[in-house]
Amino acid sequence: MRANYVLGLIGSLITLTLLFELMRRRRLREKYAVFWVVVALVTLVIAVFPATLTTAAALVGVKVPANLLFFGASMLLLGVSIHQSYELGRLEERTRTLAEEVGLLRLEIETIRASGHVSAPGPPTRKNPRDSSAM
Amino acid sequence: MSEARRPYPRVLAVVPAFNEEESVGRTVEELTSVNPEVDVLVVDDGSGDHTARVARRAGAIVCQLPYNLGVGGAMRAGYRYALRHDYDVAVQVDADGQHDPTYLKALVDELAVADIVVGARFAGEGDYRARGPRRWAMRLLAVTLTRLAHHKLTDVTSGFRAANRRAIGIFADHYPAEYLGDTVESLVIAIRSGCTVRQVPVSMRIRAGGRASHTPGRAAVYLLRAVVALGLALVRRWPSTMENLSEEDL
Repeated sequence: MRANYVLGLIGSLITLTLLFELMRRRRLREKYAVFWVVVALVTLVIAVFPATLTTAAALVGVKVPANLLFFGASMLLLGVSIHQSYELGRLEERTRTLAEEVGLLRLEIETIRASGHVSAPGPPTRKNPRDSSAM
Repeated sequence: MSEARRPYPRVLAVVPAFNEEESVGRTVEELTSVNPEVDVLVVDDGSGDHTARVARRAGAIVCQLPYNLGVGGAMRAGYRYALRHDYDVAVQVDADGQHDPTYLKALVDELAVADIVVGARFAGEGDYRARGPRRWAMRLLAVTLTRLAHHKLTDVTSGFRAANRRAIGIFADHYPAEYLGDTVESLVIAIRSGCTVRQVPVSMRIRAGGRASHTPGRAAVYLLRAVVALGLALVRRWPSTMENLSEEDL
């Protein structure tokens, strides 16, 4: 039980630190981080109070408490993968729409330029050419 | 925009092209010489070759997509162009030269009694034949779509089709990019949103380049994918696209 305790504690603490650091650097969006923080906290609770897992296993009727943990963990990961596939599909659909619009806009610009309504290539006139670098 | 003020419909031929520099020039020239009143829009689907330049030189309007989207993406861009430029009819024509442009008028004329007209390869004209699983797949698709459309359709995977304003409006919003989505599912979407579909017999020519999959293994995979695509199209909650860009918002 000693090893379980230490491993669980280290694992969840590393996860929490990593999440905090990623959010601090704006590499991870809060809406995704919330989920992982909850997972890390649950792991922490189970590591510090193994009795919670044993009680839960007894409640559900699982003989070996670790199996409940494994089952829960694998279902969780499956769910996350499916959710990511879903998000990926949504992003693909959005980039597809953007790509189509970019193509159509490019065509419109070429048409307008060819008809001579707008002075063709070359930077638009600016009062202060340094403006562009002051982003 | 009444019919009276426009004796002839404004027709846009949309040609999706991906690395077709060898055949797209001829296709465009043929289209415009046979149908001089038709505007030709070539949607260059992220080609790595000179498709866009060749098409432009042949006299087509060219829309260049930044990367390859597949026929579905290219066609939706085409339908959006047709919608925004107020065309009455959009006709999809393949860039590889297998669609005979002399049939274009027949397709457009048939729009008098339908919203979408498909140029069908098995309906009498021409000598296009398929065998084995590929044939079963096409039969299955044809039978199902016929029941949906309440009109005999024999070749629903044909990429030679004409759409009127109503269908253009639907396709500008919903034109699937998935496999077989650009042909079969798009028809299902149109029918389910109230469009009528008819077909006109056309003869296809031998492809200028490339070959259809004819090995039994590939044909079997095709059958499987057709069943999946059709099944999903039928049960899918409509509209099936995840992001809907309403034209009114633009």
